[in-house]
Amino acid sequence: MLKISNLHASIEGKEILRGINLEVKAGEVHAIMGPNGSGKSTLASVLAGREEYEVTSGEVVFLGKKLLELAPEQRAAEGIFLAFQYPVEIPGVTTINFLKTAVNEIRKYRGEAPLDAAQFLKMVREKAKLVSMNDSLLKRSLNEGFSGGEKKRNEIFQMAVLDPTLAILDETDSGLDIDALRIVAEGVNTLRSPEKATIVVTHYQRLLDYIVPDYVHVLYRGRIVKSGTKELALELEEKGYDWIKAEVEAAHA
Amino acid sequence: MSTETIDLKSQLISDFYDREKALNGEAQSSFHKTKRQAFERFDALGFPTPKHEEWKYSNVKNLIARSYQFEGNHSVTAETIAPYLIPNLTGNILFFINGTYDADLSSIVSPKDELSVMTLREATNTLPDVVAEHFGKADSQNEAFTALNTAFAAEGLFVHVPEGKTVEQPVIIYCINDARKENIGAQPRNLFVVEKNAEVKVTEIFQTLGESHSLTNAVTEIFVGEDARVQYYKVQNDSQQSYHVGTTHVQVKDRGNFYAATVSLNGSFIRNNLNIAIDGEFCEIFMYGLYFPDGKQHIDNHTVADHQKPNSQSNELYKGVLRGKSTGVFNGKIFVREDAQKTNAFQSCKNVVLSREATMNTKPQLEIFADDVKCSHGTTTGQLDDEALFYLRSRGISKPEAMSLLMFAFCEDVISQIKIEAIGDYLEGIITQKLTQA
Repeated sequence: MLKISNLHASIEGKEILRGINLEVKAGEVHAIMGPNGSGKSTLASVLAGREEYEVTSGEVVFLGKKLLELAPEQRAAEGIFLAFQYPVEIPGVTTINFLKTAVNEIRKYRGEAPLDAAQFLKMVREKAKLVSMNDSLLKRSLNEGFSGGEKKRNEIFQMAVLDPTLAILDETDSGLDIDALRIVAEGVNTLRSPEKATIVVTHYQRLLDYIVPDYVHVLYRGRIVKSGTKELALELEEKGYDWIKAEVEAAHA
Repeated sequence: MSTETIDLKSQLISDFYDREKALNGEAQSSFHKTKRQAFERFDALGFPTPKHEEWKYSNVKNLIARSYQFEGNHSVTAETIAPYLIPNLTGNILFFINGTYDADLSSIVSPKDELSVMTLREATNTLPDVVAEHFGKADSQNEAFTALNTAFAAEGLFVHVPEGKTVEQPVIIYCINDARKENIGAQPRNLFVVEKNAEVKVTEIFQTLGESHSLTNAVTEIFVGEDARVQYYKVQNDSQQSYHVGTTHVQVKDRGNFYAATVSLNGSFIRNNLNIAIDGEFCEIFMYGLYFPDGKQHIDNHTVADHQKPNSQSNELYKGVLRGKSTGVFNGKIFVREDAQKTNAFQSCKNVVLSREATMNTKPQLEIFADDVKCSHGTTTGQLDDEALFYLRSRGISKPEAMSLLMFAFCEDVISQIKIEAIGDYLEGIITQKLTQA
């Protein structure tokens, strides 16, 4: 589904990603872990098309298309969804209005007829229920004054509505207490299916107790330096990242 | 008056003398004396230049380089203006055509004991004391345009809301300039006296017909009595050849509530002065503004919240979207006089500049002479928030659509303050149209 080859990216002249290689197949859940500053969030942002990052070399193919050539909105329409680490507050734009615009723009891109108000509301209500999203939040301005937990839940709710093929969760666990974490994880698990894939970017192992990955990759200094199964995450939880750093240093020495 | 003279000031001066000669006994009235004094001030001041601090960023040289027909005669009919009216807007609909109140076109639906409407000239006969007390409060001493308007005031409107009355239907004033054949000069003048514990909603709408130039020099004075409540909206969706200088002078008494929203969407040159003398305790003042210039349009808002007595509050929010080569000015003054302890005064001006060639000048000015007050002000001028834009795009919303959504939300902050639904809908429509043209 997704194939990243030798991806290099920099911001303001500083290279952050230094040759990422990763393949994600339908039905899989991949966790990307790593110490702070290793490039995890950059990878998520580059995949979603954040323009501050400059891709200096490499290629990303998503469902047969060259992803890096597409604008962020085209990537979304092709089926990529990024759950933001820091969802943006947008005063004056209600969640419901925003989602209706998003759904219908994506449908337009795919050559589908727009949903009418009734169809849309019905769909939204179902999805809200699925991720235990309070209906009253829908009428409020997007994320404005939402608690940390509400914002993250709103991300998962948007994901449910937009129904992406590949979901990328960027540190969705940060700033969440254990209850909020469980609810968010349940939302993600409900949306898992054999046709879809998920990339979970996280610093800590705890989210992976709830969203169990098929593969775990450790990112360090802009490269994937170790890959394994969920046991790797447990090992990292126990031993921290220092032993991985030491291994990398040794290999370069 | 001839339109052949090149110098607008000389044209206006000779016109004043002509009109004065035509007066008979009225020339001795106190009303005329006020006008005469204002005329002399205009003569002494002349039109402002950018050397004048209050006109630093707004150069009127293009306005005064033309001549205009100021005569009241017109051929405008109800059919002519129908397409220019705001859909579904009902109430007391009053028309100024080329600066002169037209009673025939106007329709007053509120009962007489709620609302009386007459020309200023009529009012000087029927309610001379009320006119004498409230007319001419706007500053004709230092403001040449105000002085000029005062000098020519006669066919303006006097609107009176007696004590304790709530006017259910809004008062809608269309100031229409018929510039289909020639350049038109118009000087509408309004005096609203809203007595103790009375309430009214007022809207002034400015429009120009045709492709010739129009110059509007409008002055509106509003007296808000004790416990009275006034909503005042000013809507400018004028032609590309229109010049507008308008002053709204408001005096608010104890516990008075004055609520203003000024929305300027189109016009070649717009200068709005909103001056509020808070001459009472426990008053609540709200000032909202939205301006959206394009092309080479210039929109300038000068506001004054003058706290003269203790315990009142003023809140101000102005927002601007600038595109093309347009320019904007916001100058917001807050005065807190020595006696005005326990004043709360807040001011905010936020601008989005969408083009490199557009310019916004903001100048907040606080002059505080009391020591126990809460005042704050802030202005921001920037581009659209990239992070918000990316967030929307990452959900599949195209860049133009995302910009539109964000801009609309930005404007909506002010539009939603307008409590007459038909006007809010109308403005939303124009904003949507402007956003899709981008």
